[in-house]
Amino acid sequence: MTNYATGARAMQSTYLWTAFITLVTKEVRRFLRIWVQTLVPPVITIALYFIIFGNLIGSRIGQMGGYSYMEFIVPGLIMMSVINNAYANVVSSFFSQKFQKSIEELLVSPVPNQIILLGFVTGGVARGLCVGVIASLISLLFSGVHMHNILITVLVILLASVVFSLGGFINAIFARNFDDISIVPTFILQPLIYLGGVFYSVESLPAFAQTISHFNPIFYMINAFRYGILGVSDVDIVLAMSLLILLTVVMFAVALRLLYTGKGLRS
Amino acid sequence: MTPAISIRDLHKTYANGHRALKGISLEVQQGDFFALLGANGAGKSTTIGIIATLVRKTSGSVEVFGQNVETHVYETKLNLGIVPQEINFHQFEKVFDICVTQAGYYGLPAKLARERAEKYLHQLGLWEKHNQQARVLSGGMKRRLLIARALVHEPRLLILDEPTAGVDIELRRSTWDFLQEINRAGTTIILTTHYLEEAESLCRNIAMIDKGEIVVNTSMKQLLQTLHQELFVLDLCAPLAAVPVLSGFPVTLIDETTLEVAVEKGQDLNEVFAQLSARDIHVKSMRNKSNRLEQLFVSLLKKPSQGK
Repeated sequence: MTNYATGARAMQSTYLWTAFITLVTKEVRRFLRIWVQTLVPPVITIALYFIIFGNLIGSRIGQMGGYSYMEFIVPGLIMMSVINNAYANVVSSFFSQKFQKSIEELLVSPVPNQIILLGFVTGGVARGLCVGVIASLISLLFSGVHMHNILITVLVILLASVVFSLGGFINAIFARNFDDISIVPTFILQPLIYLGGVFYSVESLPAFAQTISHFNPIFYMINAFRYGILGVSDVDIVLAMSLLILLTVVMFAVALRLLYTGKGLRS
Repeated sequence: MTPAISIRDLHKTYANGHRALKGISLEVQQGDFFALLGANGAGKSTTIGIIATLVRKTSGSVEVFGQNVETHVYETKLNLGIVPQEINFHQFEKVFDICVTQAGYYGLPAKLARERAEKYLHQLGLWEKHNQQARVLSGGMKRRLLIARALVHEPRLLILDEPTAGVDIELRRSTWDFLQEINRAGTTIILTTHYLEEAESLCRNIAMIDKGEIVVNTSMKQLLQTLHQELFVLDLCAPLAAVPVLSGFPVTLIDETTLEVAVEKGQDLNEVFAQLSARDIHVKSMRNKSNRLEQLFVSLLKKPSQGK
């Protein structure tokens, strides 16, 4: 394992900050440069969700959790956009740099692994939040403004985007080809999101399905976010927040460990 | 003086069992222009990879300016610039951004990073392209961009892994001039190349690596002195009907106006001209049949396999 301890001590905080800002700037510049691929599709997707599920179908469903169906699905749809984009940003950026070997320019530099990880995760969070803000603005065209608890709302959206940026990072480390970076989003992430209560309350499910839903981490994220915006949730908010923080810590530790071992990066 | 790089008993065995390095030891002094030569797969890039921490060693040690690359990561990497064999920058990034970003990774503040990027892009003739995406550059320009990127933090040791591969002769020679200039200014340079005339004209010291082992490690001058025979090709002013016999010098007639003469170490080349003049044979021009270092390279790397 590469020992950064001595070097890291010698580094001044200004150096670390410069390296971090450089990496974040590069990541943000990347997704802004290809905005047609990164920012436009989620906007179109979410607008279609609002029109079809919220307006056309939602009007026949009636109320859910004390709110109109449109209002009920807004937090879940925003969370879905944030999760997907945070994940997609890191997995595609890191893997393409690994594939092109341009990641070597970072690996030969003195930037410590912690900063590399933080830089990519911040890039993912930035894109996730960027899309989240756009999705929120679009939702205003279809639904009224609600904000039950701004602190919970901001904290949940931040932690969720960090968790899925870390997920994208871990996926990219293990990926050997471009197929490998689409398998997890298609076969794991999407089912978990759709079954995590974006479009329904788990109370409407049979008992066994409700139990299964509690093993889905995205279920807690969506409900915690919904609590922050609407004040309604299918789970205890303290439990949801605790799980989210635990997941963040565990995934950060796993991703950092993989970087230190050089998995998929150093031969 | 502390060596710029000190490699001791370096071993590398890859996961597939391939032993790329079998205990190489090497020292490169500060200020040197050093050639690390070897055939494809000999272990040059693995050695560079270990120095750059892109490849993990199996055993042994590497020190850069007296500091271990594993225990003093920050200090050693600040002193090190790597020009890789493969083009490895992001093709869709702008030329200027590639250099500025790299400078940022080494902690240079934004203003200084931009100044350095501009300085080295100017010096390497890339400034006109600074606002274009790297993918539009020609092959030679991409190689020069790799050099500019490696220099933005002004390392004391620059390692170039085949920096002129596929580059046209004009661009190659201007790259040589640039490298000689920064070497004169104090940067230690380690060069791997398959163009042996490049190594011969640039480098003062040399190591040859074969199948993961160092087979030669000496000064260029001493190495060239070990060459026992040189072959010269003479272009004649007038055609010859038969091969002239020169006392002490084996001669081959390549065609009616071209002779090949073998000159042993210690023999006087003037004697060849004297004997030719005596036979009324006049020489228009003369050149080495092959690069001297190339002759040695081929003979040295043949030896082990011949012995087996």
